[in-house]
Amino acid sequence: MAKSMTRRAFLKKSMATTGLTIAVSVTPFGFKLLNASGKGQTERFKPNVWFEITPDNNVSITIGASEMGQGTHTSLAMVIADELEADWSLVNIRQGGARKEFINPIMHSQIAVASSSVRGFYAPLRKAGAAGRAVLVKAAAATWKVPEKDCQASKGTVLHLKSNKSLTYGELCQKAAKLPLPKDPPLKKESDFRYMGKFIPRLDIPPKVNGKAVYGIDFKVKDMLYAVLDRPPAYGSKHISFDQKAAEAVKGVKKVFPIPQGIVVCAESLAAAWKGRDALKVKWDGGALPQMDNAYIEKSLIGGLDKPGSIAENKGDAKKALQNASKRVKSTYFVPFVAHTNMEPMNCAAHVRKDGCDIWAPTQAQTIPQMIASQITGLPPEKINIHTTYMGTGLGRRAAPDFIIEAVIIGKVMGKPVKVVWTREEDTRHDPFRAAVSHRIEAGLDSRGRLTAWSHKAVAGSIMKDIDPKGIKNGVDIMSLWGILDFPNSIENRITYDIPNFLVEFLISDLPIPVCPWRSVQNGPNAFAIESFVDELAHAAGKDPLEFRLEALKTNKRATRVLKAVAQMADWGKSLPKGQGRGIAQHACFGSYVAQVADITVNEKDGTFKVDRVFAAVDCGPAVNPFNIKTQIEGAITMALSTVLREEVMFSNGGVKSANFDDYSPIRITEVPDIEVQVVRSNDKIGGIGEPGVPPLAPAVGNAIFNATGARLRRIPMTPERVLEALKKA
Amino acid sequence: MISLNVNGKDYKVDVPGDTPLLWVLREELELTGTKFGCGIGECGSCTVHVDGKAERSCSVPVSDVAGKKITTIEGLPENHPVKRAWIEEQVVQCGYCQPGVMMQLASLLNQDPHSEAEKIVEEMDDVICRCGTYARMKRGIQTAIQIMRKEGK
Repeated sequence: MAKSMTRRAFLKKSMATTGLTIAVSVTPFGFKLLNASGKGQTERFKPNVWFEITPDNNVSITIGASEMGQGTHTSLAMVIADELEADWSLVNIRQGGARKEFINPIMHSQIAVASSSVRGFYAPLRKAGAAGRAVLVKAAAATWKVPEKDCQASKGTVLHLKSNKSLTYGELCQKAAKLPLPKDPPLKKESDFRYMGKFIPRLDIPPKVNGKAVYGIDFKVKDMLYAVLDRPPAYGSKHISFDQKAAEAVKGVKKVFPIPQGIVVCAESLAAAWKGRDALKVKWDGGALPQMDNAYIEKSLIGGLDKPGSIAENKGDAKKALQNASKRVKSTYFVPFVAHTNMEPMNCAAHVRKDGCDIWAPTQAQTIPQMIASQITGLPPEKINIHTTYMGTGLGRRAAPDFIIEAVIIGKVMGKPVKVVWTREEDTRHDPFRAAVSHRIEAGLDSRGRLTAWSHKAVAGSIMKDIDPKGIKNGVDIMSLWGILDFPNSIENRITYDIPNFLVEFLISDLPIPVCPWRSVQNGPNAFAIESFVDELAHAAGKDPLEFRLEALKTNKRATRVLKAVAQMADWGKSLPKGQGRGIAQHACFGSYVAQVADITVNEKDGTFKVDRVFAAVDCGPAVNPFNIKTQIEGAITMALSTVLREEVMFSNGGVKSANFDDYSPIRITEVPDIEVQVVRSNDKIGGIGEPGVPPLAPAVGNAIFNATGARLRRIPMTPERVLEALKKA
Repeated sequence: MISLNVNGKDYKVDVPGDTPLLWVLREELELTGTKFGCGIGECGSCTVHVDGKAERSCSVPVSDVAGKKITTIEGLPENHPVKRAWIEEQVVQCGYCQPGVMMQLASLLNQDPHSEAEKIVEEMDDVICRCGTYARMKRGIQTAIQIMRKEGK
């Protein structure tokens, strides 16, 4: 049975005799394979490379990308093991530290975001596995003094067919370690894949089921201290006073001090730290915008649509085309702030010493925290060790470095290992949320009901402000516009429709609310507006929503492919009983295309509805781990439905009012529809899979409500009150 | 000193009686399989068995369970139908909520081995999973029931 990281394995770095070790180094110009074997045969095993084969036949694969539940450890191991022709039962995986070998070729950073891990490493890891297989075959052929072409690698052994001889990879690894790696080893044919495209159980599931998997919050080291913070209740709020003496008088409290993030209480135990915090009795001022609440926010974002914005794209002449259109349709959409609420609240442990710094964190990113910790500690980056633990979801939240920064600051003050733990309330109230956004879209149809013009204005917070502020050009934040537009030379997150006259304007909101990526980034909120509005256009054109889309997509074969596939799955066009409706939507992001059909039942009396069934078709190119693709799409649909039903962060007095799961309540098991996912066969470019299931869901549900009742929902969550209000207008 | 029996082992812990059982398990006994999710009994990530019944350990003062039989995810047998079903159906993604989910399910199935899957699903409506594994949990529930019936447990 293949193995994953357990508490034991994590805490006790294993010793092994070295054998064949192969690394892939990614450069801005591509990647190169390195034979990292033999640097002292008795040297202690250092898990810093992609994979290693040892004389005991074990294949240890080290993966730099974080495992946050998306299954990337197993999928990446499958890619290597397949091309290596390894015996899966002898494969074990380890999480790697922060190293240049692990820099994601798409992100140019070691970070698991934008559904980039498998699609980024698919090509380099196939080559790495194939290179390993090639030198093992070469080593066997040399041993037997036979031609290489008569030897065959098969499930962890090399066979010589004519003589019926065989040697295991373990037996061959030390000989193979001395051979130069081929620069461009031949890859397997798809028909020869042993693991890719097949059902392979996830390696991280057994330790998670038996409770032995180590998450950040579980991490413990000898003499470790615990720190908690009293954080400002409103954005921009500063402390006026706090009772340091009372907090320090609590048994077990070691130190109390303010940092920019709040007042720190550091203690011998978590219980003591919390008790100390209770004794602080901090007085805070009113902050930057004490009058801010939900009404203020909505007014600000919708009001921004009437202010001048920056032109993000202007193709053809949308204004003129609108004037010449046979029919014009105009609508305003709104998506509120939603929280990540990762099940594991934020936490991070840091040990800052004179000679180095260790950070144990449930983090999606390694490069960025390493650089920032280097700045805080004054140590060179190579002295900053990032130990990535399992994490109770990532969702984009754990790509933000805030929870690591404060732990390093506190660790530097204390000089001992310190673990900072957030409560659920802190996690909700100090979340960089999914950005709220307002949209106003106007489109024109010609006399035959074809889409000729699209003028789109959006107002939202800036995603890039904290990630890459230099990337904001002329007031345009492309990541906030993902789903409508993408960066130059990329169409991954661009609207899929081919519209001759296309104008996009954007205004960065000045609200003081921090935002960061949330599963699918702004593709989710933006696709809600696009795909609901496309449904409005189909209705205005008197066309079937599927036909209208297929026509507007023109030559986009992948979007067309998934739309046709989902229509077939759902038997699109069949008649439904009264009170039921179905909606269709499609969206592309991170290189994958997803179309969904939602079937719903509406109760027009009380405004409630139930999503009965969701069909999803996905084209992600080569499907490495089809079962995992299905479960990722299921999860994305479920999470997106949660935002359709209920999720909206509540604000008051210039800060966040929502606090815990009693007032911010994600979707439950009884609300989940039957979900049917089809992974469409595709030889197109490989795409990501953790996020692309999110965007089509909200518009598919809204379109289904329209189909059932004639009521158009232009805002989520679609609460019973909003459904009743829309019914009145229908 | 408070005496505890956890997973069949006796412990003595020196903590205030109002300390939530969750933090005693995690911090004193280093049984970190039981997770902190909300601290108010809303999400179910911290669920353990107290005398066989599912309890949210974040909301149980440790003094209340002195002398009672406590079982955590680490103490649920490896061959328990719920653990086997969770692996067979590949329910887990991030896995953080799952120990609590599995403990709640194990308790429900233990109390009423003849319960129908639909009824059990209704009773699992008070757990939160952020990855969205509910569709797989439903399969896991059915499979766990099948394993139990087949093996007459």
